[in-house]
Amino acid sequence: MRNPAGKREPGSQADLRLPRSFVERGIGSVLLVCAAVSVVVTIGIILTLLKETIGFFQRVSFKEFFFDTQWTPLFSNKHFGIWPLIAGTALTSFFAMLTAIPLGLMSAVYLSEYAPERIRKALKPSLEVLAGIPTVVYGYFALTFVTPLLQKVIPGLAGFNAISPGIVMGIMITPIVASLSEDAIYSVPLSLREAALALGGSRLRTTFRVVIPTAFSGIVASFILGMSRAIGETMIVTIAAGQQPRFTLDPRVPIETMTAYIVQVSLGDTPHGTIEYSTIFAVGMLLFLITLVFNLIAHFMKKRFLRGVL
Amino acid sequence: MKRRESGKNVLNQYPADSGVEKAFKAIGIISLILPVSLLLILIIDTTADGIPRLNWSFLTSFPSRFPEKAGILSALVGSVYLIGLTAFIAIPLGIGAAIYLEEYARKNRITSLIEINISNLAGVPSIIYGLLGLGLFVRIMSLGRSLIAGALTLSLLLLPMIIMAARESLKTIPQELREAAYALGADKWMTIRKVVLPLGLPGILTGIILSLSRAIGETAPLITIGALTYIAFLPESLTSPFTTLPIQIFNWISRPQKEFHVNAAAGILVLLIIMLLMNALAIWLRIRLQKRNV
Repeated sequence: MRNPAGKREPGSQADLRLPRSFVERGIGSVLLVCAAVSVVVTIGIILTLLKETIGFFQRVSFKEFFFDTQWTPLFSNKHFGIWPLIAGTALTSFFAMLTAIPLGLMSAVYLSEYAPERIRKALKPSLEVLAGIPTVVYGYFALTFVTPLLQKVIPGLAGFNAISPGIVMGIMITPIVASLSEDAIYSVPLSLREAALALGGSRLRTTFRVVIPTAFSGIVASFILGMSRAIGETMIVTIAAGQQPRFTLDPRVPIETMTAYIVQVSLGDTPHGTIEYSTIFAVGMLLFLITLVFNLIAHFMKKRFLRGVL
Repeated sequence: MKRRESGKNVLNQYPADSGVEKAFKAIGIISLILPVSLLLILIIDTTADGIPRLNWSFLTSFPSRFPEKAGILSALVGSVYLIGLTAFIAIPLGIGAAIYLEEYARKNRITSLIEINISNLAGVPSIIYGLLGLGLFVRIMSLGRSLIAGALTLSLLLLPMIIMAARESLKTIPQELREAAYALGADKWMTIRKVVLPLGLPGILTGIILSLSRAIGETAPLITIGALTYIAFLPESLTSPFTTLPIQIFNWISRPQKEFHVNAAAGILVLLIIMLLMNALAIWLRIRLQKRNV
C-alpha cells in the first residue's frame, strides 16, 4: 500500500491504537497541554498589551495619540503624537524593501528559471545563513561600516540616519523574500512554461509574461512578510537610526522607530505605573496590530495563490 | 521535485539567449552574490576590528569603565545559563506540541486554531515577546529582571520555531513504519517512543539547535524585560539579575568612544564563533544520527 507521509490523516484509525494503560491514556492530554501553551501565549500577549494600553488611553486621548505630530513622553513638556515614530518606522522599512525587493525577486527568478537544479539546491539554504546572523551584529555593521561609506556618497548624511540601517535590514530580509518568492515562482506549473515556449516565447518573455504574473500573489505575499519583518526589527534601527523621534521624510537625519523607542525606555529606569512605562505598551500594541495585519494579508494572498495554481 | 525533472529537457529548448537575456541573467547572479559578499565584508571588517582585542583576559574579565580592561565574562556566562534554561523549558514543550499536532490531533476546529495560532506567533516581532515577558513574568509573576524571567520569555519566542521544525521532521516519517509497529502489537505511545521519535530525532535536534543558536543572538526582548547592561558578577541563582553577550555588545556599540567599538567587534567575533559551533554541531548530529538509523 502506498501512503505518502504527507497525506495521512492523524487519528483516522484511532480504534487500532487504543491506549492500554493508565499512563498511555494521560499522554494525549499532556501533549495537548503542550500544544495549548501556544494559544495561551497569544492570549497573554494580547491581554498584557491591552491592560497597559487601556491604562495609557485613560490618560491620553485617542485624538492626541493619532493627531498630534510630536512624540515627547520623556520630556517635561509631554506630547503623545505617534506619527514621528510611525514616520521613522516607515522610512527605515522603505529603504529595507527598496533593497530586499529587487535583490530578493531577482535572486528568486534566477534560482527558479535560470540556475541549474544543482546550483539551486546548493544556494537556497546558504542564503538562509544571512537571516541567522544576530541583528546586533548587523547593527554594528550599519553603524561602523555602511554609514561612513554612505557619508562619502550622500552629502549631509548624519551619523545616525534611516538609509544605512534600512539598507542593512534589507540585506537581512533578502533571504526571506527570495526564499518565499522562489517557492511561488517554482510552483508555477511547467505546462504554462511549455505553452509559452510553443508560442515562440523566449525564456525572458515567458518569465515576465507568464511565470511572474501567475505567481504574482505569492510573490507579493513574500514582500508583505518581508515588510512585516522590517517593521518589527529592533536592534539594527536602535543602533544605527538614532533615538530622536522626528516627524520627517528626510532619511538623512536621525529618527526613531517604534521598536527603538521601546528599547530606549526599557534601557532607562522607568518606574512601573508611570505614563512613560505605559507608552511602550501602547506603541507595542500598535506594532503588534500592524505586523498582524501584514501577516494575515500575506497568509491570505499565499492561500489564494496556491488555490490558483493547483 | 518530480514535476521539474521530467520537464527539464523541454525547458532547455528555449531559444538561445539574446543579449538582453544574458544581461538579465547576469543581474540575477549579481543579486545572489551581492548579499553574500556583503556578509563576507561584514565578517572581514569585524574580524579586522576585533581580533587585536580577542585574548584570554577579554574572555575572563568583567565589564569595566576602561575599554582595555573590559571583558565579557559575565555576559558569556549569562548567555550560557540563559540558553541552557531556555532549552530546558522550550524543548519538552515544543516537542510535545509537535507530537500532539502530528500524531494525536484530529482534523477539527481546535487543531486548525492551534495551527494558525502557531504560524501567526512565528511572525510576531521579538520585541513584543519582551513586552509580554515584562508584563507577565517580571511584573505579574514578580520574578523581577531575573535569569528565569529571561529564559521564560525566550522560551515562548522559540516555541513556534521548535514546533514547526519538529513537525516538519515528524511529517517525513513514512506512515508504513507506524502501521508496522501497530501490527506488531505496539500501541500509540509505544509506537511514538520506539519508532517515530528515534527516526524523527535528527531533524528535531537540528531544528532545536538552529533555534537555540537564533536565541543566543536575541537582544531586543531581553533588553525589554530589563536585563542589565552592566554586571560585574556571575548569576548565582534563577532569580539573579543577568546580562548576555548580545546585550554587552549592544552596550559597547552605543558608547561614543571608539575603543569600546573594538570591544564590541571582539564580542561579535565570540558570538559568531559560538553560533558557528552550534550550527556545526547541528550538522554533525544530523549526519551521525541518520547513519545510525540506516
